[in-house]
Amino acid sequence: MIIVKEKPLDEILGFLLPYESILIVGCDGCTQPPRGLREAMTYAMLIEMRAKIKGKTNLKCRATTVSMQCDNHICSTTLTPQLEGIDAILSLACGVGVQTLVEVFPEIPVYPGQNTVFVGSQEREGGTMHEKCKACGECLLGETGGICPITNCPKGILNGPCGGCVDGKCEVPFEIRDESGKVVKTIVKDCAWYLMYQRLKKLNRLDLFRKYRPPRNRAISSSPRLLEVV
Amino acid sequence: MVQAFSDLMKNILDGRFVYTGELEPHKSIDLSEVISWAKTLKETGRVVAANVTDNPKSVGAISSLVASYIIQRETGLEMIYQLRCSDRNRLALVSDLLGAAALGIRNVLALTGDHTRQGDMPTAMPVYDLDGTQLVDLIHRMVYEGKDIDGNEIHGPRPQFNIGAAANPNFKPLEVEVLKIERKAEVGAEFFQTQVVFDVNVALDFLDAVKHIDAAFLIGIFPPRSYGQAEYFAKHVPGVQVPAEFLENLKKISEIPDRKERRKKIDEYNIEYFSDFIRAVRKKAPCRGIHIMAVGYPEVVGPLIESVEGM
Ligand code: SF4
Ligand code: SF4
Repeated sequence: MIIVKEKPLDEILGFLLPYESILIVGCDGCTQPPRGLREAMTYAMLIEMRAKIKGKTNLKCRATTVSMQCDNHICSTTLTPQLEGIDAILSLACGVGVQTLVEVFPEIPVYPGQNTVFVGSQEREGGTMHEKCKACGECLLGETGGICPITNCPKGILNGPCGGCVDGKCEVPFEIRDESGKVVKTIVKDCAWYLMYQRLKKLNRLDLFRKYRPPRNRAISSSPRLLEVV
Repeated sequence: MVQAFSDLMKNILDGRFVYTGELEPHKSIDLSEVISWAKTLKETGRVVAANVTDNPKSVGAISSLVASYIIQRETGLEMIYQLRCSDRNRLALVSDLLGAAALGIRNVLALTGDHTRQGDMPTAMPVYDLDGTQLVDLIHRMVYEGKDIDGNEIHGPRPQFNIGAAANPNFKPLEVEVLKIERKAEVGAEFFQTQVVFDVNVALDFLDAVKHIDAAFLIGIFPPRSYGQAEYFAKHVPGVQVPAEFLENLKKISEIPDRKERRKKIDEYNIEYFSDFIRAVRKKAPCRGIHIMAVGYPEVVGPLIESVEGM
């Protein structure tokens, strides 16, 4: 799923203050935590309240949602009938959703309500989210014991572990940051390559670990990408 | 077949036991201090080449290529140009390597490099387009095929480098390190310089574990200038074991009040300890030399080598 994190309310308000009538568009697709109709309604309430505090009393929000904000056809059919009198859109989806709305409705300003953080998995206990895939285009998981070196190794190297691995731990501390980017917690993380070694050894496939992997083809995953979907 | 382009490799291929040194230029355009250290190393007559570090610990410093060139020109001591993947993509690596070859650099030590988050500009983008092993592959192709890593031809004469890589005898389990060294040797690493080892048994076990690999191994040592430096390794350099006896003896010496006397005793103790160490490791076949990382302490290097080799 795509992990998003709410933008600070005042940043959102900074986008919306010039307008009077806002449509808040949730997404029932893969954003995590969910950003559907319920969240859109909560945002509508919060934004109106906050605008009032700031002295802007004529800002009105309406809430809606679409099943997949990354699909331009769904966005167009679902949202077109609701845009009557709307000055701006606040999207609660990931960056892909925001950009889809921009393309579908070029005449209406669209703003992001979320920071798109990563593509990852959720661990229910402890509520942590783990980045899992960078869509590199040449999946190596079959050779690496199912552990992705590109996402899990801070250097993304293909012939690890690097010299920084000590006692199976990574040299780069895993940092959890707040909105302003300040580090609030650091955790010593396992070295991804060491985990791969352990797993491949158990599977009796150290030959895969030992194998030399030539440089990655960066052209496959360099932005922007265009995929011809057939 | 390995060709000798550098004096370092000539000496190794001739069967001589070699000594290399370490030079660390800083965030400065003034190289005079490093040049004076290099001169001291050169004057020993026994140090065949010295490494010039490349942004060690990801602390930005003067270009290791430029420093290598200037120090080599000023002192006549052969340089081992350290090159890390942390800060350059493959285009920049090829450019720098061509430049180095044109400037007469004959040894390159290929490193993955510390993460930029570890250094003094932690918000920098880490590059790692290649890793250390892939950099070995790139240099090997430039030297032996006259091509870059994408197969594009280098015009005119091929660069002439002997190719080094890093190894770590302290790694646990050692099997992982051996697999990595095999991988690096497979793509063209000709000599390995190791991380610092204090405990001779760690070095001996390592040499046993790599004896099947066709490359020259230089064991890294660090004669500390003070007790504080040794303690730093023991406490803050993870994985490096410093024998308790070594620390205790240095601690005793550090309590000598007279500064001159204390320094003399530290020199003597380092020479005694590390000459025993060197004698023990040089008996093991894949050990072809010692990399002495006495950064800022070059005066100990000559006497140490003399005590092993005789005058
Ligand atoms: S190797 Fe990693 S980044 Fe690439 S596709 Fe597979 S999981 Fe994703
Ligand atoms: S210690 Fe392991 S995970 Fe960390 S950067 Fe090095 S190879 Fe990658």
